[in-house]
Amino acid sequence: MEEGLRRELAQQGIVTTTLADLYNWGRRNSLWPLNFGLACCAIEMIAASMARFDISRFGAEVFRPSPRQADLMIVAGTVTKKMAPQVVRLYNQMPEPKYVIAMGACAISGGPFKQGYNVLKGIDRYLPVDVHIPGCPPRPEALLHALMALQEKIRGQALTGPARPRHLQSEAPSEFPVPQFGAHDLEPPHHPELWQPPAVVGGES
Amino acid sequence: MAVHNHEYLFLAIFLGAALAFCVTPLALARLWAAWVSPAKPGVEKQASYECGVAARGDAWVQFRSEYYLYGIVFLVFDVEAIFLLPFAVAFMGLSVGAVLAMAIFLLLLVEGWVWAWRKGILTWQ
Repeated sequence: MEEGLRRELAQQGIVTTTLADLYNWGRRNSLWPLNFGLACCAIEMIAASMARFDISRFGAEVFRPSPRQADLMIVAGTVTKKMAPQVVRLYNQMPEPKYVIAMGACAISGGPFKQGYNVLKGIDRYLPVDVHIPGCPPRPEALLHALMALQEKIRGQALTGPARPRHLQSEAPSEFPVPQFGAHDLEPPHHPELWQPPAVVGGES
Repeated sequence: MAVHNHEYLFLAIFLGAALAFCVTPLALARLWAAWVSPAKPGVEKQASYECGVAARGDAWVQFRSEYYLYGIVFLVFDVEAIFLLPFAVAFMGLSVGAVLAMAIFLLLLVEGWVWAWRKGILTWQ
């Protein structure tokens, strides 16, 4: 149905929808986050779930203590290399469809601890991150904004066709390789398909 | 054949409705999984432990049969507490016979407890 006709019908009080719209509407309005925090960003995440900022206005207040019941992983805080395998394993144990919000400077890049020998420089080296939130720590409003951005992303997802999201493709992986502790670093240091170190193009001429 | 001749027909209808109520959502979920959203089981996903640490061993572990002693001792304490509370509340109004009966009851329980203690099950192994 074309957009103009749909708007015309909506003005007459007739609401039309599609199965994909209904499905995405239900999914994006009840994202259940996994209840875990890694560092100080978790305090802001807790604040966002409390009465003042009230993340339940967006249907994401049901923080689950088990990955089996969660849709959304909010990586809130510094991911140490000791912790990274556990984070990836928790992600693997979440059922599809699942999403990742990397919250704060540490989760997206290592942040102020980037030079630390034991700090992972961004969880996007191992997990497919949907929304990155900058800030140290981000305000609860920033987390709410990230949630709304994720909801917008889900709104546009197709049910069929080649552009459908990962969880609807039977051949796409649901689990990502858990890094192992190596002699000097995590093995592998990053997921080769998710993240590549930035290459210097051109150089001095 | 009139419907009201069958006195228990409503039971059959009820059974059918109850079955449909249960089976329809399950069947719809199966159809949805088959057509749109494929199931993706995996080693990590189906691990028996779910707190981030790698699962070790199996969920099907055996408990030692000596556990029954703990069960019995727990029962002794439990029954004792249940009867002691109303006994303590009604203590001032009870006759001598009732107090004696309660004392014998307590003696029996304490006897079982002493038996367990003498048997040595309170020492941690």
